[in-house]
Amino acid sequence: MSTTTLPPTGKRTEPVSSPERHTSDRARAERKLGWLLAGPALAVMLLVTAYPIAQAFYDSLFDYRLTDPQNRSFTGLNNYVVILTDPLWWTAIGVTALITVITVAVELVLGFALALVMNKALRSIRPVLRAAILIPYAVITVVSAFAWQFAFDINTGFVNSWFAWLPGVDPTTDWFGSFGSSLLVICLAEIWKTTPFISLLLLAGLAQVPEVLQEAAKVDGATWWQRMRRVTLPNMKAAIMVALLFRTLDAFRVFDSIFIMTAGANSTESVSFLAYRQTISRLEIGLGSAVSVLLFVVVVLIAFSFIKGFKVDLAQARGER
Amino acid sequence: MPSATKHTGRSRARLVGMAASAVVAASGLAACGSGDSGPPVLNWYINPDSGGQAEIASRCTDAAEGRYTIATSVLPREASAQREQLVRRLAANDSSIDIMSLDPPFIPEFAQAGFLAPVPEDVAGRVTEDVVESAVEGSTWDGELVTVPFWANTQLLWYRQSVAEAAGLDMSQPVTWDQIIQAAQDQDVLIGVQGIRAEALTVWFNALIESAGGSIIAENSTDPEQIQLGLTSEAGVRAAEVMRAISDSGQVGPALSTANEDSTATGFESDQGGFMVNYPFVYPRGLAAVEAGTLDQATVDDYAATVYPQVDEGTEAAPPYGGINLGVGAFSDHPDLAYEATECITSTENQAYYFTSNGNPASDSTVYEDPEVLEAFPQAPVILQSLEQAAPRPQTPYYSEVSGGLQREYHPTADIDPEQTPQDATELIEAVLRKEQLL
Repeated sequence: MSTTTLPPTGKRTEPVSSPERHTSDRARAERKLGWLLAGPALAVMLLVTAYPIAQAFYDSLFDYRLTDPQNRSFTGLNNYVVILTDPLWWTAIGVTALITVITVAVELVLGFALALVMNKALRSIRPVLRAAILIPYAVITVVSAFAWQFAFDINTGFVNSWFAWLPGVDPTTDWFGSFGSSLLVICLAEIWKTTPFISLLLLAGLAQVPEVLQEAAKVDGATWWQRMRRVTLPNMKAAIMVALLFRTLDAFRVFDSIFIMTAGANSTESVSFLAYRQTISRLEIGLGSAVSVLLFVVVVLIAFSFIKGFKVDLAQARGER
Repeated sequence: MPSATKHTGRSRARLVGMAASAVVAASGLAACGSGDSGPPVLNWYINPDSGGQAEIASRCTDAAEGRYTIATSVLPREASAQREQLVRRLAANDSSIDIMSLDPPFIPEFAQAGFLAPVPEDVAGRVTEDVVESAVEGSTWDGELVTVPFWANTQLLWYRQSVAEAAGLDMSQPVTWDQIIQAAQDQDVLIGVQGIRAEALTVWFNALIESAGGSIIAENSTDPEQIQLGLTSEAGVRAAEVMRAISDSGQVGPALSTANEDSTATGFESDQGGFMVNYPFVYPRGLAAVEAGTLDQATVDDYAATVYPQVDEGTEAAPPYGGINLGVGAFSDHPDLAYEATECITSTENQAYYFTSNGNPASDSTVYEDPEVLEAFPQAPVILQSLEQAAPRPQTPYYSEVSGGLQREYHPTADIDPEQTPQDATELIEAVLRKEQLL
């Protein structure tokens, strides 16, 4: 089985006689300019991301209640021990992972289909189509969560009467009364809302597949399916991986839909929800910060395993190489 | 170097301009708090209502005759979210909070953290005159009045007169939960209770355990590790039994585990409506539905209310107590004026206005003699009686932990095991209070 991609470009195409690299005055000046241009952004990034993360880690080492700052005391890693030995943490990790896997898998398939439609649509309707597909992504997550909650609510919802012909659905179906059905609605809302994001990333990937390769395959008599598997998909692997990575990281931090729809009832608490409850409801800044730090570690691990495991190259996806 | 001088001069001018605009902006902000000209502005953080608090604020501003003006800022809809916002602001010593509308269960936490300005003695005497006992208790922490009682809410047992008659229940006498279950089963009607995993569940559970003669917190303490829970007491087990019996009665509708005050009111308005424990707002809600044409006048005419059901026959029920009390921020620049304003806000006249216009019952018992109030709320005497019998929820600075732990173990109510659940809940809450477990 062979796949068709364009030969890599880069150093190899440089003529052998190209001048030896050394840091000229001009290169140094350019590097300086680069730092000057990127410096402020870097400083802002450090200020708004690195500083809060460091502060959260520092706070996580204390027994610190917001309403009782006098009794703040250093407890070392005790908060982490409390969290990691609590079954609630592992349930939340399980639920979050489940939501992530289900939503990302469905969104990838749906998003790819939508990307193909957008790619192949007639030029005249393309802008309208793109806008239509993007609308759910423009809706604020809390608003989308409320809309889905109202739709499935036993009193205000229309789902029970419209879909009464489906087995298991009748006017008395309480969607938010059990784990499975609550999770289904949460996943549906997430999928509806973020599929446009993934399809947009995939559309960018589709646009990068060189038309010459498609035509060559066509001339060779390849069927649509063969072109898809051997030409299109291998050429957009980077885009797919980036879409998967971004969505997985996003999905793992799911909060709004759960907060609005079930408020964590029926064991539907996600890891973010757990952090919210400790920090904001209980006002236990130390314990809550530790949950947040652990969530951060999990997200970093996911990103790292994607980049190393699937060899995702962010620069390549952006078309820099 | 004229050009360089010019350049520096220009950037200096720009700096001066920026500084000047910053000063203007800062003084603009300060004007929100006090201002150099005009009377001090008192910020009153209110819970969302039907506009009553804003109206009272403007009435009291007029009454102050230029000594102060009251501006209102609306807090989130949920009581827990109101607390979260206020706590975070107060933890940062926010001086813009002069007066705040507080849900009673959170008052001990605010008081213990030093977020409330002390109530002057003379004010304390005046604002508790003729006030129902439960509201005074709800405004008190550690033996001292820390907030000003404003309005006091309580749940009543709402029933359809036709259903009670058909079931042969004598509603002029107190009834028990067992009798209600029996009557609802006989007549095949709904019993409306709040089984959602939210504060409403704690409200229900607290009323049951207090009615059975117990308390969620048996031995109170400011040290979280010294708090002794009463869930496994006889009364605690009895409360769990009643919750389970109602859940298993078959008369609670298909969505008990997500039933809140609004959805139970919807059920009560339906053809299957029979009995319901709920706040007085359901009556104006029914009237509004009649006006909107979504409910028959005959249905609302069939509404009646009595005191909360008893757990054990002969033992007086302890209905839920809620409402709003007014706290004055500890970091306020004008605590004296703020306390003066709270006296105006909670005047008998304003409480009567708030009761009749917004449906929020007064904490001042003399309001219940007002003919206008009696006309708007035929149930007013029952509300007063209920408030006199009512018991507050556990008063502790760790209320969120206690209530959150209860909700986790007692939800869904259909799965309660009266032998095991109280034990599990006690273990969980104690571990959470010792900071050994997540919530």
